[in-house]
Amino acid sequence: MPFNLLVLICICYVIFLFLVAFIVERRAARGRLGFLRSPLVYTLSLSIYCTAWTFYGAVGYAARSGIEFLTIYLGPTLVFIGWWLILRKLVRIGRQQRVTSIADLISSRFGKSNVLGVVVTLIAVIAATPYIALQLQSMTLSFSVFAQDTPDEWLLPAHEDIALWVAAGLALFTILFGTRNLDAKEQHHGIVTAIAVEAVVKLVALLAVGTFVVWGLAGGVGPVIEKIAAMSANPAWELKHDRWIGLIVLSAAAVISLPRMFQVMVVENIDESHLSRASWAFPLYLCAMSLFILPIAVVGLERMPAEANPDMLVLTLPLAEGQGALAMLAFLGGFSSATSMVIVETIALATMISNNVVMPIWLRLYPAAAMSGNLRAGVLLTRRFAIAGVLALGLAYYRISGGSAALAAIGLIAFAGMAQFLPALLGGIFWRGGTKVGALAGLLTGFVIWAYTLFLPSFGEGAVLPAHVFTDGLFGLSWLRPTALFGTDSMDPLVHSVFWSLSLNAIAFALGSLLTFPDPVERIQGVAFVNAFDREAQAERLGWSHGQAEPEALLSLAQRILGEEALTFFEFHARAQGKDGFLPDLTPEFLAEAERRLAGSVGAATAHAMISQLFGRATVTVEDLMAVANETAQIMEYSAKLEAKQEELSRTARQLREVNEKLTQLSVQKDAFLSQISHELRTPMTSIRAFSEILTEGDLPTGMVADSGRIIHTEAVRLTRLLDDLLDLSVLENGAVQLNLDLSHLGQMIDRAVQAAGQTRPERSFVIERDEQAEEIHVLTDPDRLVQVFINLVSNARKYCDADPGVLRIAVRQKAGRINVDFIDNGKGIPKESQRLIFEKFARLTDQTRAGGAGLGLAIVREIMANLGGSISYLPGQRGAAFRVTLPLRLEKPGKNIKA
Amino acid sequence: MPARPLFLARAVYRRRRLRDAARLLPMVGLLLVLLPALGQNGGGGAYDAVYLFIAWALLIAVAAMIAPGLSSTEGEGNAEGDKPEDDKTEDDA
Repeated sequence: MPFNLLVLICICYVIFLFLVAFIVERRAARGRLGFLRSPLVYTLSLSIYCTAWTFYGAVGYAARSGIEFLTIYLGPTLVFIGWWLILRKLVRIGRQQRVTSIADLISSRFGKSNVLGVVVTLIAVIAATPYIALQLQSMTLSFSVFAQDTPDEWLLPAHEDIALWVAAGLALFTILFGTRNLDAKEQHHGIVTAIAVEAVVKLVALLAVGTFVVWGLAGGVGPVIEKIAAMSANPAWELKHDRWIGLIVLSAAAVISLPRMFQVMVVENIDESHLSRASWAFPLYLCAMSLFILPIAVVGLERMPAEANPDMLVLTLPLAEGQGALAMLAFLGGFSSATSMVIVETIALATMISNNVVMPIWLRLYPAAAMSGNLRAGVLLTRRFAIAGVLALGLAYYRISGGSAALAAIGLIAFAGMAQFLPALLGGIFWRGGTKVGALAGLLTGFVIWAYTLFLPSFGEGAVLPAHVFTDGLFGLSWLRPTALFGTDSMDPLVHSVFWSLSLNAIAFALGSLLTFPDPVERIQGVAFVNAFDREAQAERLGWSHGQAEPEALLSLAQRILGEEALTFFEFHARAQGKDGFLPDLTPEFLAEAERRLAGSVGAATAHAMISQLFGRATVTVEDLMAVANETAQIMEYSAKLEAKQEELSRTARQLREVNEKLTQLSVQKDAFLSQISHELRTPMTSIRAFSEILTEGDLPTGMVADSGRIIHTEAVRLTRLLDDLLDLSVLENGAVQLNLDLSHLGQMIDRAVQAAGQTRPERSFVIERDEQAEEIHVLTDPDRLVQVFINLVSNARKYCDADPGVLRIAVRQKAGRINVDFIDNGKGIPKESQRLIFEKFARLTDQTRAGGAGLGLAIVREIMANLGGSISYLPGQRGAAFRVTLPLRLEKPGKNIKA
Repeated sequence: MPARPLFLARAVYRRRRLRDAARLLPMVGLLLVLLPALGQNGGGGAYDAVYLFIAWALLIAVAAMIAPGLSSTEGEGNAEGDKPEDDKTEDDA
């Protein structure tokens, strides 16, 4: 077939794909994805696992080493039918954290670390380079195979030129579709659908060729099996146990950690339930893809000349049999396999490069960039360059390696490189103990060993590593030979490399994690990832302190990245907060959600850095630290709060109960007093009335008149005293008392008081003990008022002390500018329950010894002391009744009382 | 956290065992695909290939039978607002 016709067909096919992608993008923009959101499209998009390596390489692989090629598809089958264990969690985390790539996932898990993002990206780019080269090589080969046997005057361009044109075309297509917009979720509906279409094409093509080979050439299933059985006598076809096991493990690891698989499986996942369908549908696809590989290989080996390239049998076999149309279909199948892989791989890598390498560095160099300039355009431009750069690298590898190595060998090198992500990835999502240092150590260890034992030797002896390194080992140490580390020279080179790189990677990750301590952000992220199914753990705890920034600044930042969507997002949250317009309050929840949105476009580390530019550092609050410090800290904190609150409540309740008791008692006493005072008032009034009636009758003996007059007078005096007391108390209580300050001798005042109180129950024998020495104090106070206090206390003692003889001890002590005067008698004292009441008005403990007064004495005393700047209190535990009067040595500010 | 019931209703019990099956399936699969490598040296012939494809189809069939039950129960769990408890214990471990 003429070369230019072939190119024309390819271009038409690409335009068709382009249209598919375009229409889907349009529908997606209008929100009408319909059947495109089905599990079928998801499953088919997963088929980018089957690249040109599968399409062409698997047959070559089978032709060289028999059924070993099946390992590459059995590994992923095991991972997918075991989706409940790993993939489900991976997809959940990817959706929850809006992960944009595998680099983003690992960086985000280990504390949004930039360094890890850069390392993962670099490893991914280096490991993907041979893989992309492999696609370019297979496409170049297929072009040349197809064009070569046509007797045509058209000159076939050199292989290098074909590869260049293919790479350029792929770059164009990828840039046009992969970087058209910056989606908040980094999803490309158009591309995914185009890939699904390509998946159908390659499956149909391979099945068609297989059907033709089995029933058209070999004559049915039975003969084919016989042919295979005959061929398997070949010693190269013998099953090598170490490779069989090693390759199953390797392909299982690769299907999880290949950037393009991660892209379609996790990032492009629209609905988690699609995964459960894909769990069996994708293995079914793989099974169908590999069903005819062995027959094609066997029949091809049998029918084709010995020098034919087994990697091209899918193409050359139909061509040789004169089936041009079938060959064309096969060619398109191979073309589809290669293009879909390159497109998704470059998009995934470009996302990593822009989100995890370029943007963080850019933001670090120009912190102001977060605030100004068009970030959207910057991100997209970076990605376009990254796509071109990745393809250029692939092209360069293809040219350097000469494109001669068998396809399968190159593919496996890439697999082994990508598999190095596995320990950090699985450790990150299943083990909270994994730390940034551990992940870094594991990744670097694995990468270095992979590069030294597999990648660099793949260029050939003496190309990158000098020949003597292969024979004598690095630095002449024979146990460091690249294909026989630690003397394990009996192993297959690939299995050797996978074994040592993965196991040492895992050990370094575990050791690094065990020996280091994660910072708070790492620990918070660790909980969020490991407990992805635990709803409570998902409450975002890493908050931003706000204050410096305005919502406008955040909106303008978000708009530069998310475009129009930012407005919708802000409006939605403003409405949720009950506000009009587009500017919600910057609550921590809103900020966390905004960061996740941004992370969906530019990656977690970059989004973190950007918001940091606006808001300063993320604040790890005290609660965060507490929660991090201890698993149960939160509960403890909560119950501590509850306890404190409960204590406060019960304290208040206790106080209320006390007050209530007091009020009730007072009310009872007040009632009692009211009847008392009416009685008190009534008794003198009654006698005054009676005697004044007698006097008005006249004709009385003079003696009787005089007696009656005296009685009336006495009773009137009693009444006056009672009323005076009441008046006095009310004046004192209102603070309206006038104080006459004077410097007077304490001892003399007590003398006066004792003398005056002597009139109370003068018949009692009563001893008063005093310390004359201590009483030698001059006090600035109102002496008359103070004496009144003392009189009251001494006469109370005389009245109520039931001991015989009664002894009253008056003790004076001076302390820090205040004087304590204690009046302690030897009576029974005052019962505890009454101690609080004695200073209340109308309080009177016993009725039997009332000697005038209406229970106002101590109340008045208390008010006087308050006015004198001192206090009076009952001293419990002194055996008898004891009162302590405290007063200042110098009454400093009599101010308001004197003025009043 | 409210105390979990010690014994479960029949439907929930089935659901749990389905999850157990989903966890076991990859182990069984690994055993099946490793069998050819356990045979005598010189394996890798046509019969190994036929055996592998049959085992493969079997695994796919079982996975296809298990998967719908798993995803629907997960949906139910979400609707009820109670997370799959098995996961919690597993994750905490």
